[in-house]
Amino acid sequence: MTTQTTPVLEARDVTMRFGGLTAVRSVDFTVNSGEIVGLIGPNGAGKTTFFNCLTGLYVPTEGKVSYKGTVLPPKPHLVTQAGIARTFQNIRLFANMTVLENVLVGRHTRTKEGLWSALLRGPGFKKAEKASEDRSMELLDFIGLAHKRDHLARNLPYGEQRKLEIARALASEPGLLLLDEPTAGMNPQETRATEELVFAIRDQGIAILLIEHDMRFVFNLSDRVAVLVQGEKLVEGTPQVVQADERVVAAYLGTPFEGAPGADEVAEVEAAEADADTATPTATADSTTSTRGESQ
Amino acid sequence: MTEILTKTDPATRGLVPLPHAAARVLLLAGGAATAASAFLAWTWTSAFPGDLTINGYPGGLQWLTFTAGILTVLFALARYGTPGLGWLSPTGNNAPVVLSALGALGTTWFTVIAIATDLGGLTNLEPGAYVAAVASLLPLLAALALPQQGAGEQTAKETLGHYIAKAERIPAPRATAPWIQRLVITAVTIIGLATFTYGIDTEYGELFIGYLFVVVFTLWALHTAGLVDRFSALVAGNRSFTLAMGFAAAIAFPFTQTDDHYANIGVNILIFGTVALGLNIVVGLAGLLDLGYVAFLGVGAYTAALVSGSEFSTFSGVQFPFWAAALSGAAASLIFGVLIGAPTLRLRGDYLAIVTLGFGEIFRIAVNNLDGDSGPDLTNGPNGIPAIPDLSFFGYNFGESHDIAGFTLGRFANYYLLMVLIMAIVVLVYTRAADSRIGRSWIAIREDETAATAMGINGFRVKLVAFALGASLAGLAGTVSAHVTYSVVPNPYQFAGSTPPNSAFLLAAVVLGGMGTVAGPLLGAALLYLLPEKLVFLQDKSLLAFGIALVLLMRFRPEGIIANRRRQLEFHETGQLDVPDTTTLTDQPAVTKTGA
Ligand SMILES: Nc1ncnc2c1ncn2[C@@H]1O[C@H](COP(=O)(O)OP(=O)(O)OP(=O)(O)O)[C@@H](O)[C@H]1O
Ligand SMILES: [Mg+2]
Repeated sequence: MTTQTTPVLEARDVTMRFGGLTAVRSVDFTVNSGEIVGLIGPNGAGKTTFFNCLTGLYVPTEGKVSYKGTVLPPKPHLVTQAGIARTFQNIRLFANMTVLENVLVGRHTRTKEGLWSALLRGPGFKKAEKASEDRSMELLDFIGLAHKRDHLARNLPYGEQRKLEIARALASEPGLLLLDEPTAGMNPQETRATEELVFAIRDQGIAILLIEHDMRFVFNLSDRVAVLVQGEKLVEGTPQVVQADERVVAAYLGTPFEGAPGADEVAEVEAAEADADTATPTATADSTTSTRGESQ
Repeated sequence: MTEILTKTDPATRGLVPLPHAAARVLLLAGGAATAASAFLAWTWTSAFPGDLTINGYPGGLQWLTFTAGILTVLFALARYGTPGLGWLSPTGNNAPVVLSALGALGTTWFTVIAIATDLGGLTNLEPGAYVAAVASLLPLLAALALPQQGAGEQTAKETLGHYIAKAERIPAPRATAPWIQRLVITAVTIIGLATFTYGIDTEYGELFIGYLFVVVFTLWALHTAGLVDRFSALVAGNRSFTLAMGFAAAIAFPFTQTDDHYANIGVNILIFGTVALGLNIVVGLAGLLDLGYVAFLGVGAYTAALVSGSEFSTFSGVQFPFWAAALSGAAASLIFGVLIGAPTLRLRGDYLAIVTLGFGEIFRIAVNNLDGDSGPDLTNGPNGIPAIPDLSFFGYNFGESHDIAGFTLGRFANYYLLMVLIMAIVVLVYTRAADSRIGRSWIAIREDETAATAMGINGFRVKLVAFALGASLAGLAGTVSAHVTYSVVPNPYQFAGSTPPNSAFLLAAVVLGGMGTVAGPLLGAALLYLLPEKLVFLQDKSLLAFGIALVLLMRFRPEGIIANRRRQLEFHETGQLDVPDTTTLTDQPAVTKTGA
């Protein structure tokens, strides 16, 4: 990759502690414009927590996050205002709103009509509503849900709910899109369609950071992949580099990974690999087992 | 739903073993006999209200039996596919017949039992009463003998469930010309106004209960027939016309009344309903459980009283014109709303409810103490501010009766019309706010606060706007209520009491009527005002009765009497009815949501 691009997102030394538990430990992270970056790691590694630190849902214990050079305040609505949009691991649509209304809510930061203009309904209000609706319909067209604009979000099938979440996030005209397990629970066709969708979004000039357990999906899509294990960034590099790294495999299989792998540790890893001989080198088996109730 | 697919031979038995032909004849004959029995004497003395003693001339409750009998016959004829009545039963299901028969049975048996208990014994019943009791049983038995899918294969309870189940798929109505649609809406409005007026004008509790039997079962029957859905679709297509008709009906109400007492009930319902609609912004749209909302009505009322020119007001020399008083009332409530909201709205769910409950009580207690003894003299403490003068617009004194086009408008009728205007403003504010960027962000906050903030919504600010808007609308209504009641005292502005408005009743009106709708809280308010007003005999047990009623409603229809527009919208836009019934079940837990 000839990357001489500007950084969109820069996280410096981000740490998140919950009481005694350090969920994210001094993570440095950069996403450059036009990039698709994958974030992988075993369950409970702290990926979602890291996302929450980036988007202001959690106030990081230490460290700071900046977007295009300005430091972000840890307030979710200001982060979105600045230009970072996200989806959630456990779909968080507005279930009793229609598909169109969900996307319209996503337009919140890019419109400014307040209560008074809503009550007075001047020409400016009507124009703004119309523009919002048009833009939202474009997005629904883009993800292929335009024909369901008046369905309640709760009545959509799972895969379409995930897509709708992406459309809702795109409605805020972000410069960076964070996707938390966008293919969780999808069948292979839907996953492939999502792949196309992510590329199409990148082609619009939006940088993408995505968490995934489906390794094939991540390595296909990403320009760069970072591995988070027990809150620490273990490896970062191109898909080839990460795939080849034995520590990653070890981490996924639950073997201790302290320091550089010594000879006996390598042996251990190999033994483990031999044990789990059904497992593919990449741990795709994980892809559907990761939806946990209480995480964001 | 699945059993329909698995069943090869649709069971054509009825629950009651009776040949079909006989059942059909018995149904019609029973309905007609029920209606006819109203013309007999049911008791010997006119001590029972309504005078049910005369053969050939029904009185009071007997008219209800008559109506219910006729309705049963109509639904039965429609069920048989009688030409011209097909619209009454689009799917030809049994439920409307069964339910209207139940209504007839209910009101008739209630009357007979009420005669026996009021007058002390069965000896007070004339033979006519027995005839009516038996006649009203017949249509129900016959209706349950009609062939019904699944009857006989399942337990009696399940079968009964099928008998009163709503039609599964209602065929789309034939396309009708706009003028016909408007005609239908007009007709329904007129019938609605007549029904409502009858309910308000019922002179004794027994008549009101009988009325409730007939109205509830008839509405239920119409619902199961699919006519309510069809009408909602019609309304959705003619929104502004329906709104105009609704207001025309509201304005027409005092002209149908000869006794100003009923206009008084009307104006109180309007005040209560308007405040409930304001609360609906806070609870129904933004999902904030406010248990001290009545305080804002109080702030408005006290502000209006203080500047009304009453000689007992602390500012007795000051007399604002009404528009200025109304604005000050709304503004004072708004300031209060912001003051209370700013520190509390950072809390979520139950915590917010508890704190607002506390603030509501603080208002009442503070007003009780601002009497010059325990605090500065502002509100005269428990004595309140009496002798609030009547309003006067351009020489039109609200305190006097006026003759307009042959109709006499009394004092309360005047205020009623003013309140219709205020309600129109509140309805306009509600609908416009709800359908806008800010309204969507309220609903988003209600649905999922975390996701909403992640979409860029400043949760605190948006909630504060909802809180303040709701407060100022209540304050606006309060300014009128101060004049209607001549005086303001602290006591009505409490959390719970046996008469509306109080915070608990306001919340109940919203939840019962249907959160997030315009008509719901108004209907809920009307019901909750009329019940204690009419059922005087319940007295201190009325709160218990409401508790039971609310629990039952939440069990069987958690979305409230009027379902959220979202469901209707879906029905209307996609023309499909296969939305599972449970869709609306979770519309309401916004109130109980304890944070995300
Ligand atoms: N609000 C919280 N309070 C306390 N502990 C938390 C909180 N949120 C997350 N954790 C803990 O932090 C750790 C990391 O969780 P996180 O959800 O970030 O993992 P993840 O990498 O997203 O896992 P998965 O792949 O299963 O989604 C877990 O041990 C989790 O229990
Ligand atoms: Mg996660």
